[in-house]
Amino acid sequence: MNIFKDSGHLFKFAACFVIGFLIYLGLRGFVVPKTFGQYGHYRGSALKDIAAKPIKYAGHQVCEDCHTDQATAKSAGKHVTVNCEACHGALAAHANDPTSVIPVKPDPLVLCARCHTATAAKPKDFPQVNIDEHSGGAPCTMCHTNPHSPAMGAAPAAGGAK
Amino acid sequence: MTGVEGYMYPNEMELQWSILIVLYPFITGLVAGAFILASLERVFLVEAVKPIYRLALLTALAFLIDAPLPLQLHLGHPERSPEMYLTPHPTSAMAMFGYVYLWYLMVVLVFEIWLDYRKDIVIFAQTTKGLKGLIYKFLTMGSYNISPRALAIDNKIGWIITLIGIPSAFFLHGYVGFIFGSIKANPWWSSPLMPVVFIFSAMVSGIAAVMLIYMATCKLRKVAIDVRCVDTIAMYMFYIFIIDFALEMLDLIHRIYESDESFRSLNFMVHTQLYIPHIVIQICLGTVTPLVILFILQVSGKKFAEKVRLRLCTISGALAMIGIFAMRWNVVIGGQLFSKSFLGFTTYKVALVTKEGLIVAVALALLPFLFLWILIKFLPPWEESHHTPAAGD
Repeated sequence: MNIFKDSGHLFKFAACFVIGFLIYLGLRGFVVPKTFGQYGHYRGSALKDIAAKPIKYAGHQVCEDCHTDQATAKSAGKHVTVNCEACHGALAAHANDPTSVIPVKPDPLVLCARCHTATAAKPKDFPQVNIDEHSGGAPCTMCHTNPHSPAMGAAPAAGGAK
Repeated sequence: MTGVEGYMYPNEMELQWSILIVLYPFITGLVAGAFILASLERVFLVEAVKPIYRLALLTALAFLIDAPLPLQLHLGHPERSPEMYLTPHPTSAMAMFGYVYLWYLMVVLVFEIWLDYRKDIVIFAQTTKGLKGLIYKFLTMGSYNISPRALAIDNKIGWIITLIGIPSAFFLHGYVGFIFGSIKANPWWSSPLMPVVFIFSAMVSGIAAVMLIYMATCKLRKVAIDVRCVDTIAMYMFYIFIIDFALEMLDLIHRIYESDESFRSLNFMVHTQLYIPHIVIQICLGTVTPLVILFILQVSGKKFAEKVRLRLCTISGALAMIGIFAMRWNVVIGGQLFSKSFLGFTTYKVALVTKEGLIVAVALALLPFLFLWILIKFLPPWEESHHTPAAGD
């Protein structure tokens, strides 16, 4: 028994670790949300909270139901893969109430430049220009009359680009 | 954009990891190195380094307490850090580092220091009054048994803990290297040699730090420096430095010979922006120069006077620390200066008074010395103060 008498302090030190671990377990049970880890390393009920938020994007099918002219022009042009709301912004509110919520028309000089400004990182075959040199400050739609099908000489946008 | 040459992706223009992230691996490296130096006496029975055994342990603890502070400040939400422990994430290397840190702090350093100082703590608890006495009493954990048998058990357990501590120290700092080395998207970091280079450079910086702290404390206490001890430390530093230098050169030569798609970009960076910190400070000033000095010290034996030997050791130790800091700088900052498109470079300018500025970095680099001073006040590591009440009581 002498060995235990002379090593009693070690057991006390070990007891501190055990107590610390028990406090950790207790704290964990108290502060970690019950649904944590349900689907992955996050709070499972966060999905419900996120799903409860209002939907902001309508989706291109909803846009195309009404804006058939633009959809037809887009399907025949280079912008066929660009989603409507990528340029016009999230418009679920407009889709739900088309008469009261009127979207703001994008400024072509700003919008077009976002993708078509020349940088070294873009593929060579992607159309890219130095906007100031290329248009001299004139809006892109002056020449590329229909932004939904932007090739020169394409039919102009019906009723202006919306 | 100012400071950007060529093409940078938008999220690369401004560096996300600042000087505080440079400080972090530097400080953990000092911890690992100081502990390895302490283990020389305990496990490898190098008698000559006995005078610095306890000082090395306290230095390791002081720097380990400081180590997470740069990260806390960088991340900016210290209240969230316990979540790392409360919701363990086994597939995240960074999240699991919390456990590595806790293991090293509690199981290795605190336990070993407590075992080593237990006799002193019990004596201090019986002879010291006031708040200090209460702290000593708390540290005894109510056990005043310092019989030869109890101390022999402490010694045995301490030896086992040091034995566990050596791979733990390797793991602690290897882990920091692993985090950088496993970022495959960054060719400057992505190398399986990274953890090994980090460990050996950590040993060099930790050994140099303890050697300098030992000499400084001797000067401050106006006691003679044990030259045999410093000579032995310098010898081990030299051997480990050779391995460290060889590994770093191996990595460099491998990169040059392999010349993968990132090479032109990295090579340009090393010859322009990183020329001063990498070639001049890290390699020439911080590695080759101290290696030459240490080499001269080893081959010349005792030809130099003791005073000269100590000065040469001080210079080589200080240069080695500058070199290892530059290595951390070049890894952390260098890895963020070039674009992953390999078409451009950005610049990093250290701010002065911001949350991650130079003043904060200097304060965090000096803070371990305050911790060390407090630890030394409570647990004097000097041989003459063993088992006698702390000075001033």
